[in-house]
Amino acid sequence: MPAINVSKALDQSQASRVFDLAEMPLRELNQALHDLTPGSNQTAWEVLNPKGSHSVAVGVDQPVTIDVRGSVGYYCGGMNDGSSITVHGSAGPGVGENMMSGTITVKGDASQYAGATGRGGLLVIEGNASSRCGISMKGIDIVVHGNIGHMSAFMAQSGNLVVLGDAGDALGDSIYEARLFVRGKVESLGADCIAKEMRPEHLELLQGLLDRAGVTGVKAAEFKRYGSARTLYNFNIDNADAY
Amino acid sequence: MTYRNPPTTPRKSATFDDYTLSEIRRAAATGIYDIRGAGAKRKLPHFDDLLFLGASISRYPLEGYRERCDTSVVLGSRHAKKPIELKIPITIAGMSFGSLSGPAKEALGRGATLSGTSTTTGDGGMTEEERGHSQTLVYQYLPSRYGMNPRDLRRADAIEIVVGQGAKPGGGGMLLGQKISDRVAEMRTLPKGIDQRSASRHPDWTGPDDLEIKILELREITDWEKPIYVKVGGARPYYDTALAVKSGADVVVIDGMQGGTAATQEVFIENVGQPTLACIRPAVQALQDLGMHRKVQLIVSGGIRNGADVAKALALGVDAVSIGTAALVALGDNDPRWEAEYNELGTTAGAYDDWHEGRDPAGITTQDPELMKRVDPIAAGRRLANYLKVMTLEAQTIARACGKNSLHNLEPEDLVALTIEAAAMAGVPLAGTNWIPGKNGF
Repeated sequence: MPAINVSKALDQSQASRVFDLAEMPLRELNQALHDLTPGSNQTAWEVLNPKGSHSVAVGVDQPVTIDVRGSVGYYCGGMNDGSSITVHGSAGPGVGENMMSGTITVKGDASQYAGATGRGGLLVIEGNASSRCGISMKGIDIVVHGNIGHMSAFMAQSGNLVVLGDAGDALGDSIYEARLFVRGKVESLGADCIAKEMRPEHLELLQGLLDRAGVTGVKAAEFKRYGSARTLYNFNIDNADAY
Repeated sequence: MTYRNPPTTPRKSATFDDYTLSEIRRAAATGIYDIRGAGAKRKLPHFDDLLFLGASISRYPLEGYRERCDTSVVLGSRHAKKPIELKIPITIAGMSFGSLSGPAKEALGRGATLSGTSTTTGDGGMTEEERGHSQTLVYQYLPSRYGMNPRDLRRADAIEIVVGQGAKPGGGGMLLGQKISDRVAEMRTLPKGIDQRSASRHPDWTGPDDLEIKILELREITDWEKPIYVKVGGARPYYDTALAVKSGADVVVIDGMQGGTAATQEVFIENVGQPTLACIRPAVQALQDLGMHRKVQLIVSGGIRNGADVAKALALGVDAVSIGTAALVALGDNDPRWEAEYNELGTTAGAYDDWHEGRDPAGITTQDPELMKRVDPIAAGRRLANYLKVMTLEAQTIARACGKNSLHNLEPEDLVALTIEAAAMAGVPLAGTNWIPGKNGF
């Protein structure tokens, strides 16, 4: 009879970890996530009773999955670098702010500044997002199934923002090189943001984003593309009226 | 014979002086306001308007070159698991890679490390030159978030949330396209050659309640190890200090209007904000009113030049000072050795401030590969270390004369003011009187 590998059995028993924030402080959750090392067996995490807590699962840098059962407050998944976080509820301001890589999915709605300054990864909001979605985005991809609010993608530098519903006022104000795809109505465009031709490479890119975001029954051809007119890239006094 | 009135001497207006006239002509010719670096150049009430009393009978001096005068300071003792311990209370202020050349950043790191103090990153993110050569490095969390990432947060020794700076409280910045090299463009996630605008506000928080939550997020990401500084331009120092404390800051940094900047409008630099001297007492008062003086440390910057300035700032209640422009001069900026080239740029050594144009003859505020070769990081770092050493010795000399065995034991009682303005701003008596303007309603 072969000897039982006790340490391996222990590792497997810890493969899925549950943190109940009604009983444990947020600090313990985040510290445990930060203590993860490459190759850890603890690849599946579940967070119960978040009840609007701020900074849930911020700064995670290992490729684990985290299911948050309920709604969260500010900055959930902030600076995420490689993990896959699903919020089974709604998210407060700044979900996925400055994300580097990985995926964050919000099953409900998101408040202001979703994906702000994000540098990579994919943020999916299955409901609506509020104002300033993708503000100052720097490489992140954001897919919103519903609508987004005003001043979204303000000063957006790079990355892609996909909106299946409508966009509010001043979309893409002072935009740099980010690409915006909107299927519905745009209330108004911000300074230096214009509608652009949807070329084959954009259709391909958009279809890929829709597929990654789990969007079905929607065709890339249904979207309009918006981006920078590039007239404000270098300051010129003759453009002062644009500001 | 005709009688002629004697001629009068031509008189220029004090309001429309030569500089003002030249600015009007320049504006009329170009249609654009002047953009420059550095801080306010106008004469302002400053540390020069204060004097130390020194010891005689009522106070007992310490022996110079014999008796110890401590200079060390701990920053971030309120919440951080790993507070910063510095040998001297003089830190190097945030100056960005992009604005400054790589060799200049390296030199700052070398000089600060030799002196036992810290350097600070800037809008361009963290460079290997700086991390590699700065034993203690403060990582700025800026509105623009250029190059911001959690890996660098964890490699830093402290985090400074920049809300504003003294040269332009409430203002953003612009790094002109000519300074955007391939490397700078990559770090900032923008195409080469376009103007890179630094935002005036953080994109994902709006007020003190949000800041409190933002600080919580940064603490959680860094496991509560790093001190969190909050830096503001010197505009409303009492309320900004109080709200920074309320938000959970470990350290408050106040930058007066003599504090430098890489590039912004001249009219902004000269007309927005308050002199450094005017910022200190309200900030200290806020800490005292909250019972947090010395628990939350206060750093003040903006026009600090010598050990007397350091000692005066500490006497008024700050825990450390920070230098930017002075550090650049120590490295070799505005050195008369480059006078001919300054002249070609239409200026003179000592007045050059078009740092945003990228043509700095000293090779410090440029990304030009040929110009930046003029900075030897080792030699320039040594000069900075020498300068910091001199400032520290000067401050110690004054402190000993006031009978203090630590720079931090200096106090307002050691000071008098030469002018009513300085007496009112610093909250110390006018020299020869016991009158503190504004105190007790007088």
